[in-house]
Order: sequence, then structure tokens, then C-alpha cells
Amino acid sequence: MKPPERPARPVIPIAVSTDTSPIAPPPGASAELVSLYAAHQKIYPRSVSGLFSRLRWYMVFFTQLLFYGLPWLHWGERQAVLFDLAARRFYIFKLLLYPQDFIYLAGLLVICALSLFLFTAVAGRLWCGYACPQTVYTEIFMWIERQTEGDRSAHMRRDQGPWTMEKLARKTAKQVLWIAVGWWTGFTFVGYFTPIHVLAGEIAQFSLGSWEVFWVFFYGFATYGNAGYMREQVCKHMCPYARFQSAMFDKDTLIVSYDAARGEPRGARSKKLDLASSELGACVDCSLCVQVCPTGIDIRNGLQYECIGCGACADVCDEVMDKMHYPRGLVKYSTENAMHNQWGAAEIAHHVFRPRVMLYTTVVWTIIAMVGISLLARAPFKVDVERDRKSLARELADGVIENVFRLQIMNVTEAELRVHVQVDGLPGLKVVTDEDLTVAPAQSRWFVLRLQLPPGQATPGSHPIHFEIDGQDDTTVLKEKAVFLVPH
Amino acid sequence: MSDFTGGFWSIYISAITLIGIAACMLLLWRTGKGRVHGSGNESTGHVWDVDLREMNNPLPRWWVWMFVISVVFSLAYLVLYPGLGSFAGQLAWSSSGQYEDEVAKAQAAEAPLYAKFSAMTPEQLSRDPQAKQIGERLFMNNCAQCHGSDARGSKGFPNLTDGDWLYGGTTDKIKETITLGRIGQMPPMAAAVGTADDVKNVANYVLSLSGSPHDSLRAALGKPKFSTCAACHGAHGAGTQALGAPNLSDNIWLHGYGENAILAMVNQGKVNQMPAQAGKLTEAQIHVLTGYVWGFSNK
Repeated sequence: MKPPERPARPVIPIAVSTDTSPIAPPPGASAELVSLYAAHQKIYPRSVSGLFSRLRWYMVFFTQLLFYGLPWLHWGERQAVLFDLAARRFYIFKLLLYPQDFIYLAGLLVICALSLFLFTAVAGRLWCGYACPQTVYTEIFMWIERQTEGDRSAHMRRDQGPWTMEKLARKTAKQVLWIAVGWWTGFTFVGYFTPIHVLAGEIAQFSLGSWEVFWVFFYGFATYGNAGYMREQVCKHMCPYARFQSAMFDKDTLIVSYDAARGEPRGARSKKLDLASSELGACVDCSLCVQVCPTGIDIRNGLQYECIGCGACADVCDEVMDKMHYPRGLVKYSTENAMHNQWGAAEIAHHVFRPRVMLYTTVVWTIIAMVGISLLARAPFKVDVERDRKSLARELADGVIENVFRLQIMNVTEAELRVHVQVDGLPGLKVVTDEDLTVAPAQSRWFVLRLQLPPGQATPGSHPIHFEIDGQDDTTVLKEKAVFLVPH
Repeated sequence: MSDFTGGFWSIYISAITLIGIAACMLLLWRTGKGRVHGSGNESTGHVWDVDLREMNNPLPRWWVWMFVISVVFSLAYLVLYPGLGSFAGQLAWSSSGQYEDEVAKAQAAEAPLYAKFSAMTPEQLSRDPQAKQIGERLFMNNCAQCHGSDARGSKGFPNLTDGDWLYGGTTDKIKETITLGRIGQMPPMAAAVGTADDVKNVANYVLSLSGSPHDSLRAALGKPKFSTCAACHGAHGAGTQALGAPNLSDNIWLHGYGENAILAMVNQGKVNQMPAQAGKLTEAQIHVLTGYVWGFSNK
């Protein structure tokens, strides 16, 4: 049975074309008025099994166990990973971050971006094919769809057929499962910002805050819509990565490639045909590679911008080659240079270590090391010293000059912190305060300090001084610059 | 609602907005269809940078619906919210209204707390940790600008922690000072005292009251002249709180220490002001603040 043909669609090759002449309308073609917007063609990807499919499922389990599981972990008395936006405290296991630690987020984003460059240069759109939430959730939603509505041909037949009780039941089951997964995803997402046990309790009692309701349903709906309906449309028309990742390809990048030299001329044939003495190539034109493609392209037309590098076509083609007793790898991960020069695996591996890849690797690891060292060497508190808003300086009755400062201590540990403050820079300068310089766990606090200078120790004007603040249970000493003013 | 002085500009802006939205719809409709040759999938013939060709590929149709939704949204928005000239919108929303709502909400939330505080005496408040925290915030936001974060003031701004009070340190007096403010006046007294030499003598006598370094001969000569000052500052210079006249014998010098500062005060006088807080703070807030300030000198 020949599977139904897909409607003809344009192919946009990524490879550079040498033909620069504008394409003239074919002679005799008459202009016709058509819509410039194409209706969405629903894609029914066929299920596939094989190495790349397995790898993708491992990634689905890994990323989703992480995502759904993390908020349920505890660290001491609190949730292990919690972004408390209201209090502006961000807990990641042992780490407690303040908004002042934003640089670490910048560092993380730089690492992510550079890793993307690195992976893309080595093996194309690995992110898209195996790790992107769009791919991962689509994979989960398609699995549900296949369980309820059947694989490609059954699904297509039923969609085209009339509405029956069975069709209704199957579609309802799919919707229920989709909505459940989407909603659970939204719930988990909000669980990173509101402690998830509290959130679960609020849901049980219908006492969610309005923003929590909004985000649970918004994120849930986005998951449902993107993974259930938008699917490849997100990759093709919404995602910026799709457009610029190919800019990071070169001729040694591993991409899903069709071996045209081996495959063409394609054609159906008897299993008994002797390939060596035949004019036909190895491609049996079964069109399975097209049927499994989640973005609905034909890999045999070469690399196209829609290709998310999922390897489904390679998996399914290997199965067909096995059945035909042909060698595997008609569609495979290979590089442009390898295809051109008939390189083997060793040669391809050798070309992975090229300057571009080495450079990305070096930069990524340098930044990871920098961020890591800076996190390890982080002081247990942060300090800010400000002069008092009003009084510049005052003279006490005995001629002592006094300046008032406000000292902010941010405790980045989850234990009570006691600090000791010293000041340096002028002879006899001392710190006077009535306050107990302790800061509660994970809190920040302002203290009022008075600096007193005995008479005659400094000329009128401004004198640089510095504060030395040490955590008493710790060896950390932080220095802050300030100025001491002596009035005329 | 609007800052326009006449009706014209409101109509002008509404017309531009609505015509703009209609033009967007028209543009969308006009460009939705095009005359193309053959299959419609070919190059447009536009080539840049040697080999970069523009293809005539159709956009997905759901994009059109996004445009339509935007237009519907903007129309609904313009009906509900202010946006069309001076039209206030069906929901009658305004930023100031939203602000007032939030203030009312916050006041409703803190009302029980302040009700509890109002039932306490300032002495009790000065020992209540929660009242102290609120008092500290109120003080930092409203008082610290002049009196300093540590409430110890500076030249011209009284120290609130030293137990020395110009107008009295009872909780009632402190509350009165915060609520109504104070205007302290020291008139220029040089003419009443006498010659410049007399003024200098009086200044030395004033210094002697607190045991500060002074010229004892001049102080002795100045003593009779001090009777002019005694009307307010008292016969022994101990001050009169009813008038806000400072105690001159306690070695606390609000406007400067030493002979020159006293000479300047006698010659030029001084008007000093504590602004009234009644309009800025509620009675309950002033009550909490009174307890907090009283606590500085009554630990």
C-alpha cells in the first residue's frame, strides 16, 4: 500500500545557490490571484524507534524528571530550589542569591549561549532535536496522541472519517490527558516561585492568589497549545534559534544528511533485485523519512531550515535498509565535507577538533571556571555603607567631630550573622553604635553608626577612610571606602 | 481627566487613532491576496549580496489571525480604558484612581494594627518591638532628614536623644511638637543689652553659666545685663519650656558653641522652625512616633 502523498510544498535549500538570475515566470503562465497566506497543513508524524529516538526519550525523561521533581526536594527547612520573588531571595540548594547577585544569572546565560554555539558547531541543532522544551513536550503530547488516536495512518483515516462514538471517545481521552499534563506543568512551574507544598494546599482549598491562578493556567495553556497544536509552527515561524543556528554551521558540522550519491536514482523495486547490476540507487522511495518528520520536510532535498536535527528520518531509514539487507546509513549524521570526500567516521571525528570548536570549548570552560570560583569564594555577607542623608558632620560639646553613617549588611547565609565593624584612615577615629550588629538568617538590615574623631586630629575638609567589616564567626573581612568630613 | 483645553484636540487624536486602526485592517486585507505567476513558490527576482534571493513563500495564515486579534484587542481596549482623546473609557479606570484604591487597601490592612497601637500609651509603645519597627520607618522617612538617622541632630536641628527638651519632654509635649510643629524665635537683643562691649560681657556671662571657658571679669560685668535675657531664659539661664527658650546652663549648644556663636545669636537673633506633621501623618502614626521618640531618652 502506498501511503497518501503529501501536498507539494516549496523547498528552501540552505546551501548557497550559484544561480543568481531571477526566475522568470514560465512562458505562457498566466497570473492568478491567490492568498499570500498559506493555511496550516496538519502534520501526522509516524512513530519511530531507533538510536536517535531512544536518545531523545532519555533526554525527555532526564529533563522532565528534573523539571517536575526539583520543586519537591527539600533542603533543611525549606524547598531546595525556590525563587521567592516577593522577598527577592533565590534559593538553589545551598546557595542563597540576592538581586545583587544578578551577575551569576548573566554568567549562566553566557554559558548557555556559548554551549549552544559549541554543540551547534559540532553536531548541528542538538538543542532543538533533543533538549528544547518545544521538542520534549511535543514528544510527550505526540505519545499521548498515538496512545489515544493511533499512529499516523489510523489517525489520518479517523480524522478524515465521520464522527463516531469511538472517535469522540478517543479525542476526549486525548484532550483530558493533554490538559492534565499541561496543567501539571503550569502547577510545577509556579511551584518554583511559591513553595509547592503551599501551592498544593492552596489548590486543594481553592485559595490561590490571582497571580498564581494566572501563571498556572497561562503556563499550562502555553504547554498545551505549543505541544498539542503549534508544534513545528513554533520552530518554523516563532523561534529565533532556528534562524541563527544555521549561521553556526560549517562544512564539518554533523548534520542529518541524505547520501544522494548512494541513494539516487531512487525507486521502488523487488526485494530480489540485485542492486549492483541495477541502475537504481539504494533509496527505495518508501517515503517513510517524510512520514516520520515532525516538521514535514523531505530530507532527501538536502538540509533545510525547518530541520530540527531530530534524526527520526535516519532511524526509520536504517530500519528499511535492514529489511532490504542494504548497509545502513543512507540517511545519517554526517558532514558536508565527509559526504563530498567520502570520509569515514575516524576522519569526521578528526575534523571535530577544529579551531572554531576548540575556541568555543576554551571560552565556555573559562567562564564556567570563573563563575564557579566566584561562587565558591563568595563572602557570607554583603555590605553597603552610606553617609547619613542629612547631617554632614557635627561637633560635640567636647570638640569631638562626629559623622553619621548607615551600614547595610545583607546576610547571604541561612544562619544568624554577627559582624564587627572597625574603621581606619584617621588617628583616633572610632566607631560608636548602640546597636547589636546581628542580622537574622537571609535578611538584610540597616544599622546607624557614628564615627567619632577626637579634636585636632584632622584638618577641616574631606578625608578618605575605610570601614572593615568582619563576620565574627568567619575569616571574611570586607572593606568599604567612605569619607570623613571635618567642618570648618 | 484630560489636559486638553478645548474639544478639538480630543476629536483630532481620536480620529487619527481610529483611522490608523482602519488603515491597518485595510492594509491587511489588501496585501492578503496577490497576483502571482505559476505555482507562487518562486523567487521574486530580488537578489542581494550576489546570491541572497528573496523567495515568494507564503506566510502561515494564523499570522493573519494574530493581526486581527490585535485590532480587536485595541478596539476593546479603547472602549474600556482611556485612550481615545478625552474619553474616559467604560471602566472609568485612571492611574490616580488605582493609586487611591491601593492606598485605601493598605490603610484597611494596617487599621487593626494602628487601632491596637492607639489603645496603648506612648510609654508602652516605646517598649513594643513591633511599634518600634514601625516607628523607626516613620522616623527614617519623615524625621531623619533633619534630625539625622541616629536622631542626634546637628547644628540647628535638635538632638532628640539627650534628654534636653526646648518645649518639654513629656509624651504630651512631644506629640504636640510633632503634630503642630514649633517656631522658635530669638529676637536680636543687642540694642536692648547695650553697647558691643556689653554684648561681649553678656556672652561671657552666658558661657560661665555652663562652666565653659570664659573671661571671668567680663562675665561679672555682664551679669547685670543678663536681666534683659532673663525674661525668657530665666534668672539663672535655665530656660523656659513654655516659650521654647533654651537652657543656657547645660552645655548643649544647638546653634554653635563658643563666644562667637553667642555673639551672633544676641546680635542677629534667630528664627528656627519644626514643621507641623499633622497634614502628612495620621493621628495614629504620630502616636506611634511619639512613643518612638520618647524612647530615645527614656530607655
